Amino acid sequence: MTYKFDFAALAPYWETFLRGCWQTISLAAIAVVLGLVIGIVAMLAKRSPIRAVRLFATSYIEVVRNTPFLVQVMFIFFGLPSLGISLSPWTAAILALSLNCGAFAAEIIRGGVEAISKGQVEAGTALGLRTLQIFRFIVLKPALRIIFPALSGQFILALLTTSIVSSISAEELASISQSIDAETFRSFEVYAVATVLYFGLSLIFSTAFKAINRIYFSYPVR
Amino acid sequence: MIRLFGSNEVLFILAGIQWTLLLSLIAFTGGGVFGLIIALSRTSTRASLRSIAAGYIDFFQGTPLLMQLFLVFYGMPVFGVKVSPWTAVTIGLTLHASAFLGEIWRGGIQAVPRGQTEAARALGLRYASRMRDIVLPQALRLSVAPTVGFLVQLIKGTSLASIVGFVELSRSAQIVASTTYKPLLAYGLAALLYFVICFPLSRFSLRLEQRFAAKT
Repeated sequence: MTYKFDFAALAPYWETFLRGCWQTISLAAIAVVLGLVIGIVAMLAKRSPIRAVRLFATSYIEVVRNTPFLVQVMFIFFGLPSLGISLSPWTAAILALSLNCGAFAAEIIRGGVEAISKGQVEAGTALGLRTLQIFRFIVLKPALRIIFPALSGQFILALLTTSIVSSISAEELASISQSIDAETFRSFEVYAVATVLYFGLSLIFSTAFKAINRIYFSYPVR
Repeated sequence: MIRLFGSNEVLFILAGIQWTLLLSLIAFTGGGVFGLIIALSRTSTRASLRSIAAGYIDFFQGTPLLMQLFLVFYGMPVFGVKVSPWTAVTIGLTLHASAFLGEIWRGGIQAVPRGQTEAARALGLRYASRMRDIVLPQALRLSVAPTVGFLVQLIKGTSLASIVGFVELSRSAQIVASTTYKPLLAYGLAALLYFVICFPLSRFSLRLEQRFAAKT
């Protein structure tokens, strides 16, 4: 054992690491929000009466789900410029992540929508609830209750997936670690710190999501 | 010099497939063996074993695969073991797969009704025989669909080996993209090939899931 660990060499970079964490969180948050919008549109398109629209939505979802994210990012960042669409690394990263999240979100949302039965809405009307009340208590809340765990899992997954955009040098925790590695040559220590930070982030968010789930979506309904 | 995107380039990318498949196969097999150990520890009666397995699973599910590969690649030399990218990636993906498969199979083992274990115990079967003959066959059957689903995830995950420098499908597409200046074609072809491998598996997983859902 000749190797000497030197985590002290990384001390001057703590602010840089912190910035990387923040960029990773923002990337994941933007991607999940945009992905939700794309997912809703894709889910609706998949139920469209027009065959071509259905086919388009299905192929989008299947292509994204069955190809590696790395290839998707490379295709968007290096491939699209030859079609005249040049994107900055950050924009390309957001586009790729959102499209990726959208395909997975579409399936999650479909599950939530299919879980609401028509009979419950009719029961609500029979009880004399107003339209807004029906939407809030009978449609929205049960649907959210079903999709929330999957959706929060999707956010954690997005948080971890963002590390792959380092390959197009979009700035986030993984790419920042690579540049710190290039400056300090303490590869193992740098990636150990980065891994711990990622683990911390996913731990914080999964704990928070579990708490939200317990407070807002648990039975009995308040 | 800019090369043309000819049949040589197509063949070069196609040759990358064998490494992607080999890597997936090794990681899946190795991950299966270790995953079984993880799943058994996770469902063990010993609390210490259970929490070690839980920590192992949490670590691999809570950190990016890319960082796991980097840690193995840069970490093994630290402990005096010089490794090639191929070895590092194989070890990294195997550990990764073992955590995920362990978690999937834990679910399967816990889904087998308790009565099965109790009946086996009443018949005087020891732990090994109880698991091998009674619980695991049922648990694994319950877990086939998510296991195939994870295989798709693993095949896609092997693409990250390219970042560590191992030449497989994604890396060969990258090389062709940079020598021919036809990134759209190179990455498009790579995506198509991944799709051809993964799509049937995804379909298969979905069918298994539906068949199982119909039965219960």
